[in-house]
Amino acid sequence: MGMTMTQKIFAKHCGRESVAAGELVNARLDLVMGSDVTTPIAIQEMEKHHLNSVFNPEKIVLVMDHFAPNKDIQAAKNCALVRKFAQKMGIRNFYDGGHMGIEHALLPEQGFVAPGELIIGADSHTCTYGALGAFSTGIGSTDMAAGMYAGKNWFKVPSAIRVNLTGKFRPFVSGKDVILHLIGLIGVDGARYQSIEFSGDALPFVSIDDRFTVCNMAIEAGAKNGIFPVDEVTKEYLSGRVSRDYEPVYADEDAEYSRVVEIELSKLEPLVAAPHLPSNVNAAANYAGLHIDQVVIGCCTNGHISDLRQAAQILRGKHVASHVRCIIIPATPQIYLQAMQEGLLECFVRAGATVSMPTCGPCNGGHVGVLADGERCVSTTNRNFVGRMGTKDSEIYLASPAVAAASALSGVIAIPSEV
Amino acid sequence: MGNKVFKYGDNVDTDVILPARYLALYRHEDLAAHCMEDIDASFASTVRSGDLIVGGENFGCGSSREHAPTAIKASGISCVIAASFARIFYRNAINIGLPILESPAAAREIQAGDHIQVDLKTGEIKNLTQNKSYFSGGFPPFIQKMIDAGGLLSYLENTKSKRG
Repeated sequence: MGMTMTQKIFAKHCGRESVAAGELVNARLDLVMGSDVTTPIAIQEMEKHHLNSVFNPEKIVLVMDHFAPNKDIQAAKNCALVRKFAQKMGIRNFYDGGHMGIEHALLPEQGFVAPGELIIGADSHTCTYGALGAFSTGIGSTDMAAGMYAGKNWFKVPSAIRVNLTGKFRPFVSGKDVILHLIGLIGVDGARYQSIEFSGDALPFVSIDDRFTVCNMAIEAGAKNGIFPVDEVTKEYLSGRVSRDYEPVYADEDAEYSRVVEIELSKLEPLVAAPHLPSNVNAAANYAGLHIDQVVIGCCTNGHISDLRQAAQILRGKHVASHVRCIIIPATPQIYLQAMQEGLLECFVRAGATVSMPTCGPCNGGHVGVLADGERCVSTTNRNFVGRMGTKDSEIYLASPAVAAASALSGVIAIPSEV
Repeated sequence: MGNKVFKYGDNVDTDVILPARYLALYRHEDLAAHCMEDIDASFASTVRSGDLIVGGENFGCGSSREHAPTAIKASGISCVIAASFARIFYRNAINIGLPILESPAAAREIQAGDHIQVDLKTGEIKNLTQNKSYFSGGFPPFIQKMIDAGGLLSYLENTKSKRG
């Protein structure tokens, strides 16, 4: 029986020729990641169980991005606790202050992720790194603690869904629309416990930023991971970032998939996921004219440079509707700097948007744009659950940067081609 | 006399189990005080030690926050029964020692307020109110070993002391 990409990575990381879906394996970890929200609990649990060392400080990355820059006293205490732990354990890959970016954009950018590697992170959107042909998945703080201590963890080898992408995007349609379409199709538990493996002749036309967006939201279909095969697009991104040897994996021709989903990119239109599930997906056009109070463009899902360029293309020379608070969040300092050099930040400020420092910020209602009762936000983030960005009586419509920018200008949900 | 059931639907997400605005907290009693706040505002004030939560499909979907199962456990909930669990929540619950059982039939038929007795060793779920029984499949041996040890880190700690 052939193996999927994900199964091959598991086989390699537990020293086996092959593994099969459903097996429990103890696999070696190439990297363990945690944030200011999840790491404090991991530290507390390690101490409680007298696990006083880490397997390899170079293979641990700690990013203070959720409630940072420290939004309140408790957040400050959490970051201080993690900082102290990093010093004690000799973990140099500790990111805060001006070095901090949103973890799932920062780790690939800084070369922490290479094809074929096996990565866990105490954040559910860790599945983002599958864009580079790695296996990566979100876990909780106790799993993070175990991973930091032992350098290994247990996994159930997943079966997989294959998603075949064909054709080319139409204008103002992007990776966000692909993943929203897929989640709408299979549901928020359509890939529960499974991998989603992408393939198809469209791949040369799917940018690395689009792949990050697509893999980022694999978890919103319940998936364990999303993964793209390594190609020229991947190699171009990795060049200059990853200097260590890596071994890309490719699915066997006879790999078994529980389901194959075909997506023809040219048939996609700008989509939104309406409250309160990411699977509640419809054409943005169906909601055109719906009053909004806030727009968020950024997050680990859509805070990359091409997302900001897409937003700028729509906002340039125009002005955000007077009643709308438009918040734009470049995901990392490097993206921030590039956006500055390209004049995107100036374009945003002149359009009446707020440009924030990199942070997870409003995505989970932490800070920098929390919603009041009855308020509605169009957001490029990844979840629209009840209360996600503020009070339980606020609403989030998930969309691409193009739809978000067009809506910011119009003050209502709007289609990019019509503004 | 069994324990009382709090019943919810499909896709109960971690944002309603423990809203992100409380994520800077990690003391167990602080988390319990806000448990289920955005889906059932009276939960924290009415839950009693030993009570159960019954959910539908994909219970615990969303974030990886361990604060969610921790809040449920700290509330005194003795077991969560669901038709299915989201995978990170499933791992987290096992890792921290919150008993969970998968049983689509039990999840469908048990009603809010029913009195339930659970035998974690056999996987039997007894509905005393409706006089019905269900069996949940149980766990693979490795996971059962971890549960018996009291969670993942206790398991690692034990292995370490044997090694040491």
